[in-house]
Amino acid sequence: MAHGPQSGFKRWLFTTNHKDIGSMYLWFSFAMFLLGGCMALVIRAELFEPGLQIVQPEFFNQMTTMHGLIMVFGAVMPAFVGLANWMIPMMIGAPDMALPRMNNWSFWILPFAFAMLFSTLFMEGGAPNFGWTFYAPLSTEYAPPSTTFFIFSIHIMGASSIMGAINIIATILNMRAPGMTLMKMPLFVWTWLITAYLLIAVMPVLAGVVTMMLMDIHFGTSFFNAAGGGDPVLFQHVFWFFGHPEVYIMILPAFGIVSTIIPTFARKPLFGYSSMVYATASIAFLSFIVWAHHMFTVGMPIAGELFFMYATMLIAVPTGVKVFNWVTTMFRGAMTFETPMLFAVAFVILFTIGGFSGLMLAIAPADFQYHDTYFVVAHFHYVLVPGAIFSITAGVYYWLPKWTGNMYNETMGKVHFWLAFIGLNLTFFPMHFVGLAGMPRRIPDYALQFADFNQISSIGAFLFGAAQIVFLFNVVRTVMGGKKATDEVWDNPQGLEWTVPSPAPYHTFSTPPAVR
Amino acid sequence: MLKGFKRLFAFPAALGLVHSSLAEEQGAERWGVNMRQGVTEVAQSTYDLHMLIFWICVAIGVLVFGVMFYSMWRHRKSRGYKAAQFHESTIVELVWTIIPTLILIGMAVPATKTLYDIYDTEEADIDIMVTGYQWKWKYDYLGSDVSFFSNLSTPRTQIDNRQPKSEHYLLEVDEPLVIPVNKKVRFLLTANDVIHSWWVPELAVKKDAIPGFINEAWARVDEPGIYRGQCAELCGKDHGFMPIVVKAVPEAEYNAWLSERAEAAAKMKALTEKTFTFDELFARGEQVYNRTCAACHQPNGQGVPGAFPAIAGSKIATGPLEGHLNIVIYGSKVNPAMQAFGQQLSEVDLAAVITYQRNAFGNDMGDTVQPVDILNFKNQQ
Ligand code: HEC
Ligand SMILES: [Cu+2]
Repeated sequence: MAHGPQSGFKRWLFTTNHKDIGSMYLWFSFAMFLLGGCMALVIRAELFEPGLQIVQPEFFNQMTTMHGLIMVFGAVMPAFVGLANWMIPMMIGAPDMALPRMNNWSFWILPFAFAMLFSTLFMEGGAPNFGWTFYAPLSTEYAPPSTTFFIFSIHIMGASSIMGAINIIATILNMRAPGMTLMKMPLFVWTWLITAYLLIAVMPVLAGVVTMMLMDIHFGTSFFNAAGGGDPVLFQHVFWFFGHPEVYIMILPAFGIVSTIIPTFARKPLFGYSSMVYATASIAFLSFIVWAHHMFTVGMPIAGELFFMYATMLIAVPTGVKVFNWVTTMFRGAMTFETPMLFAVAFVILFTIGGFSGLMLAIAPADFQYHDTYFVVAHFHYVLVPGAIFSITAGVYYWLPKWTGNMYNETMGKVHFWLAFIGLNLTFFPMHFVGLAGMPRRIPDYALQFADFNQISSIGAFLFGAAQIVFLFNVVRTVMGGKKATDEVWDNPQGLEWTVPSPAPYHTFSTPPAVR
Repeated sequence: MLKGFKRLFAFPAALGLVHSSLAEEQGAERWGVNMRQGVTEVAQSTYDLHMLIFWICVAIGVLVFGVMFYSMWRHRKSRGYKAAQFHESTIVELVWTIIPTLILIGMAVPATKTLYDIYDTEEADIDIMVTGYQWKWKYDYLGSDVSFFSNLSTPRTQIDNRQPKSEHYLLEVDEPLVIPVNKKVRFLLTANDVIHSWWVPELAVKKDAIPGFINEAWARVDEPGIYRGQCAELCGKDHGFMPIVVKAVPEAEYNAWLSERAEAAAKMKALTEKTFTFDELFARGEQVYNRTCAACHQPNGQGVPGAFPAIAGSKIATGPLEGHLNIVIYGSKVNPAMQAFGQQLSEVDLAAVITYQRNAFGNDMGDTVQPVDILNFKNQQ
């Protein structure tokens, strides 16, 4: 029997409702986004000018490390899980997630993991300072004592992700409404299904590598210590076997969101639905055999070098298919540019630019010049900020009226978009230049010829930060009230989520809908 | 963004003009937006490869974004455009799968060729061992006794903004690596502590220096000049402060330099066997102390309370010799700021500075340490 939410904090602590849990994931990830963003601003403030002004190198390294960890594990991944929680049951006509209690648990261990990670900043010796990629032996023999807490928090985050992934797979495979065949599923559901498999495959590898570190630090093993017969390069192979699929974990759901939004505002069905599904699956497969392109300079034999170069170049093919499909969907549509569409279009443009620099990085001999420079920083911020962050933002604007029953303020949404768009390009585009001109990444101070572009980057970063305040304000206002949204919200959007009232009632699809 | 692209277009042409004579100024150019062409054949082909892929990306970008902007402009609802409803075309899908694949093959061919060149480290004329330390580089010229450390020479006062920054701020060292032009120089890279990465953009050499492993790279520099680079792999606190300077000189100059350095090394070796008087050691020790130790322990030996202990009246400097030798040669077990100087200073300098510390600042221990004592101490460990 359907009943409403409990009252007070118990509603949130004990909830098994996919909508409540989705909301908690989203708010948590936004909080982490602001926290990680503040750390990025510390970095950009220090890099505003040559010389050391604001922080010392020790603290600078802690900031780059924590910024990366918090953004990847605290902001982007939980945001996608939040969207999955909210939307997957409503998109496939299910009443809730398949494993609601585990759902509660996989959310609630996250705040503890991040509280532990954050607390390392106040420990003796400071927070982890070896970069989010934590290469051994810098992260083992030469690491601060807080590394042990970092390892445990990674374990917890991994457990949370694995539980979330199991839940999503179980939901999608078992709870689709009758008639919702696999090839009728919305692309967001498809991309999440594939992402969930990636998560299950690689999060244990991450847990394994941090456990090996733990053993090296505390129990005298020498997995990564050459003096004891171990191999520091082994660390990198294991880490990137996790790390490369991880970057697709952060982008595949984004593909799903954009593939949902563009057809709505182009008023035209998505071009090449089935090729989108196949392209996603091939990208996921390829993501397992390209990891060492992050390690072209470690001195692999040339055969390995060539294999990883060719495999990496191949990824351009399915990724290209996706971009061409989005552009063709827009072609001869009847487009309007509300905020979700603006973010989705910016996604296509900027993600493609990030894809181009990715292709350049794939070319091993050229990568010898790009590797570990700001060119790489520019590349992965182009795929992650306009990739993951813009698509999440687009998704929030797109579904917010469905969640809250109110329309957000369109003008404020557009202000947010343009501030973010300009800020982002000012921040990250010049990084291509300084990287090519020879500036290594992860340095707190730099030679004089890099000064001008770094100044522009820093200004852009603060602009991008300011844009997020507008976003927060707009969302809070929409949650509190505003113009009532219709059930359809947009102009004839596709998908079951638009067949339920706005705001979506606490329980939807208690009886399965009919799927045409 | 567009402006940036324009700069990229203009840059290669401008670079071609200044290329040969002004290799040094290139690096220091403000608003530099592109990879440097470099001074080796491999660097040149890497650069060409980079520009090739860049232009291919530009071409694809113009096409894709062209179509996109066209439809964003023409196919708007506000212009009364009615949406078409097509959503599939196998032919089109095949075309845009196959054409990119062909383009990729076109890129892979020159990339593979360049990679083979880079990996061909055989038949080198000169071998140099490069070792990364936190946070400096050590160069050993194999087959000779020449070996030295290369440290950042930018003074702390510039980094802390107490003094105007010099032209090569953070890209200058006390002793550059010297190599001859037109010779194949092979670098054997390793590290002493954590992973570093030895990168000189104009030589197109970037290779990780990994503790316990030896990597190989090579360069044949065409033009005399000074080429600057940096450590590229995060290696701890002062990762941003361990630059690389390579000085490429004509062969004759190189040979003269090498024999001069070899002579100095031989002299140093001979000195190790010599027995010095107290006064000689004390005088030399004072110099070494002021150069290497005084930054922390202070010229008057009083140290900095809370950070660096005083040498004057220090328990170790006035205690048994063993303990004193141990901390200077092998460093402190508890505080990495007190490094191991055993590999960084010669036996003579070690003997001198320890003698100095035991007798200066009112320590008056009256003992002398000879270079052979240092050798014996190292050998028995
Ligand atoms: C970067 C700073 C730094 C420099 C340079 C340095 N030291 Fe030290 N030194 C220290 C610190 C810090 C300690 C305390 C180590 C400890 O607590 O174990 C120390 C301790 C010592 C001690 C033991 C003092 C005591 O009573 O505990 C001796 C002897 C010494 N240093 C000799 C030298 C010599 C000789 C040099 C130059 C060749 C040198 N140091 C250069 C930082 C430095
Ligand atoms: Cu280094």
